[in-house]
Amino acid sequence: MQFKKRFSYPYIAWSVLFVIAPLTIMLLYAFGVLGGEGITLDNFKTFFQPAYLKIFAKSLLMAAICTALCLVVSYPAAYYISRLNGRKRNILFTLIIVPTWMNALLRTYSWMTLLAKNGIINNFLTLFGLAQMNLLYNNGAVFIGMVYNYLPFMLYPIYSTLIKTPRIYEKASMDLGANRLTTFFKITLPLSAPGIITGIAMVFIPSVCMFVIPDLLGGAQQMYMGKLIQHQFFQKGDWGFGSALAVILTIVILTIMYFINKYDADSLKGENMQ
Amino acid sequence: MRRIFGRIYTYMLLIFLYAPVIIMAVYSFNESRTSKIWGGFSLKWYISLFSNKQILTALTHTLIIAAVAMIISTIIGTLAAVGISGLGKYSKKTIMAINYLGIINPDIIIGVSLMLLFTFMDLNFGFLTMFISHITFCIPFVVISVMPVIKKLNTNTINAAYDLGAKPLYTLRKVIIPQIRPGIITGALLAFTLSLDDFVVSFFTTGSGVTNLSIYVYTSARRGISPEINALSVLMLTVVFTLLVAVNLRMLKTERKTK
Repeated sequence: MQFKKRFSYPYIAWSVLFVIAPLTIMLLYAFGVLGGEGITLDNFKTFFQPAYLKIFAKSLLMAAICTALCLVVSYPAAYYISRLNGRKRNILFTLIIVPTWMNALLRTYSWMTLLAKNGIINNFLTLFGLAQMNLLYNNGAVFIGMVYNYLPFMLYPIYSTLIKTPRIYEKASMDLGANRLTTFFKITLPLSAPGIITGIAMVFIPSVCMFVIPDLLGGAQQMYMGKLIQHQFFQKGDWGFGSALAVILTIVILTIMYFINKYDADSLKGENMQ
Repeated sequence: MRRIFGRIYTYMLLIFLYAPVIIMAVYSFNESRTSKIWGGFSLKWYISLFSNKQILTALTHTLIIAAVAMIISTIIGTLAAVGISGLGKYSKKTIMAINYLGIINPDIIIGVSLMLLFTFMDLNFGFLTMFISHITFCIPFVVISVMPVIKKLNTNTINAAYDLGAKPLYTLRKVIIPQIRPGIITGALLAFTLSLDDFVVSFFTTGSGVTNLSIYVYTSARRGISPEINALSVLMLTVVFTLLVAVNLRMLKTERKTK
């Protein structure tokens, strides 16, 4: 079946031109080969200024807190749904997944309609004679937007692993005299680790890069990595530094994916040995 | 007791997930702009939506881009999925890794890198750049939609076609494509939806004059909320939602068939 090979050539050509080449050009800009004055590390040095490191740290921290919160909030629900049977389980699970089909821009915008100064929450507050509050354009609003957008991405993989793990292990643990809590922490939780790890990746990666959420809910003052990149390209016109930031972000993401794939490979090996 | 707690908790989570969107949808039918909580049912924001020239142009742009992206990415992606199975182990691994990269790469990186490429190539930002970028992020999803169907393809039929003297393209058209059609349609629908839904990549690769719906929503939302944008969001959500229901039902159906 040698002939078939040729059919993949257009895609290979396309990938080289529009996936590999753009990333290479991004690297060239970051190192000053393009748009600069020859190879230099200046753009990366700029990044190590306290102001930018602070933004980077803030993005990582916010993403980490958001990931942790998503995990804590979604685990009980994933667990509960996975223990239901048949139809009810499928319906509930579908209901959780459907919001992920809407795009982040619109979901974030829907929070604007709630939180804005003349938005719905404030309208209700005035109705009851309470003072209007500043709900939008602060870190809290960004935080709500993040958790709201990424929560289902955490729930989905956890649920998938929970329904796949045979219940016999839990039954065995109970038969051997462990109580519910011990069984959960010694059996159920460790067995769902692959789902948790995938969930962490699926939430952490987009939340480090997010740019729409802080822009719409955080206002002009709140700076994050994604927004900083956009800022460098559109407002500052510093493409070299913008590219350097994008390169750094890509490295962060690839590192995370590397560890997750490694973990996956290890756990697969473990399964094969059994 | 535990069950009741679990149930209440899960339903509360669902309310959290749905409330903002539902409230936005309800308010898009609100007669008054913002002064009152509820000014009565009205379709006036939807009517003003369809008399707004800017929005109509944006809608046309969105549909043209989605159609072009769907057609080209489906062709390239389907051919690729057919071809990949004929590649050697090493090249297969490399190409699947690049495909995977296209799926996990955050849209901001795709957007920025393509924008740099287009500047480097001295292309005019506009339709062409939008087409290229949308095709680029759609192909990987077409490939992963078609791949599973190809794996189940009966290779004897292909060999038979060869033995009977059919040329590769003829075999592709008459033997392979009819067998993998469900995967292709799923992939095409997915590509169309992804293109309709995209904001970030479009934002970085669009040029003057080519505004699509999501860019329009973004620029208006930055100025604050308006019932008109609520209405537009509701319409966009409905379309994307309907398409995705179709995609998922199709996937379920093919899964059941192959089982």
